[in-house]
Amino acid sequence: MLQEGVVVVVIKPTVRLLILWLLSAISTVSEAAVLEADRADVLYHSYEGGGMKIDGPAILLRKKATEAVAFTAYYYVDTISSASVDVLSTASPYSEERNEGQLGAEYLYDKTIMSFNLRQSDEDDFLAQSLSVNVSQDTFGDLTNLSLGFSYGDNEIKRNGDESFLAQSEQYRISAGINQILTRNLTANLRVEAIADEGFLNNPYRTVRFVDTSIPSGVGYQAEIYPQTRNSLATKLSVSYFLPYRAAVFFHYRYFNDSWEIKSTDAELNYRHPIGDEFEIEFKVRYYQQSQAEFYSDLFPYKDAQNYLARDKELSDYDNATFGIGVTYLLPKYLSFENLRSEATLQWDYIDFNYNNFRDPTSDGGVGNESLYGFSANVFRAFVSVNF
Amino acid sequence: MKLKKEFLVIKLVLKVAFLLSLFSLTGCASLSIEPWVKPYERQNLADPIMRLSRHPIANMHVAHVLEAREASRGADASGGGGCGCN
Repeated sequence: MLQEGVVVVVIKPTVRLLILWLLSAISTVSEAAVLEADRADVLYHSYEGGGMKIDGPAILLRKKATEAVAFTAYYYVDTISSASVDVLSTASPYSEERNEGQLGAEYLYDKTIMSFNLRQSDEDDFLAQSLSVNVSQDTFGDLTNLSLGFSYGDNEIKRNGDESFLAQSEQYRISAGINQILTRNLTANLRVEAIADEGFLNNPYRTVRFVDTSIPSGVGYQAEIYPQTRNSLATKLSVSYFLPYRAAVFFHYRYFNDSWEIKSTDAELNYRHPIGDEFEIEFKVRYYQQSQAEFYSDLFPYKDAQNYLARDKELSDYDNATFGIGVTYLLPKYLSFENLRSEATLQWDYIDFNYNNFRDPTSDGGVGNESLYGFSANVFRAFVSVNF
Repeated sequence: MKLKKEFLVIKLVLKVAFLLSLFSLTGCASLSIEPWVKPYERQNLADPIMRLSRHPIANMHVAHVLEAREASRGADASGGGGCGCN
């Protein structure tokens, strides 16, 4: 099986590299790296668009136990109320809640940081659990940082209203990265990640539609059928540049492809600019485009038209554009908790989604001739960060 | 299969990382190429405004919003199943 091949391919060199890095850390006598500073973040997030409203709180805590050991905790809630186009065409609006928790530990030895993370995401009909291990090491006069990560996840999928339905899927992730200081103002980061999934990979509620002349509406529906495996590879290049008047510009480019023949690219440009000693503003522009999965169709010619069937709009040919702005206010001491360095941030992203092969079944025009679907979303984040 | 080739690429990436580590471990780096940006020349890079993870909790939310709505995934420090996106 390709899946097993992937695991063998990644585990053997991973173990060898881990051993080498540990040896390197033990044998190196030089200035040690440091763990990131303690901090606490409390956030409210909101997403509204395409008939969906999702909001909730999130908390991130990070605390060093010693100079060599740190712990992190993360809690996140999505309160979802959905009347999306997928729901309106074949079902009724619904609401649900998703809770996510993460616990992490980091261990620093000289120039090597090892981190371990446990994650659980829980919904009425979806339970996801994962474990990840990452190792990173500074080298070459601390100009270069190498990192390697491995993650295993297990998902349990249910279907509300159908007590007999229970499915599972597994996910393996392996990543490697290099961060390189190029000049006194410029750094670059290259990261590659391979992901292998196996099991039940489709959404148990979604259906495909097909031409059915035997009924008055002219369109019939049947459940989606996805392949049982999916393997993907993503490569991302990030560049950070310090501008001479104390501002920063970031550029990201990612290329992705997978065994379902989806190819995507995204590019993002960020600009961060301080104003005085108290404010920072940030602008973001991002463009994303993807091709459709080989087994996707907006309208199949008849029932059971092929082995695999999908009409999930996230698998169609589409693009989106994001425009974002953020403001951070560095709180003065009299407003800060216990005189700790604190800041408050508000961010707004506007995202415009355009589907090139997904039609809006609620619009006019007749089956297969409806207008192409598109929508926009507003995403807000308001959060307070305390550094201690 | 096409993806086999891609996993060979991953294997190659890991080998490059291995060789870079070996390079650093044996001290070969100090014999040929010297680190060209000295520690005392890195104050601009150490400025908080240059941090990619300046707002880690916001980055996690952005990654979650995108991963739930785009087919692509990976290489952006996010990850994990469950999306609240039915």
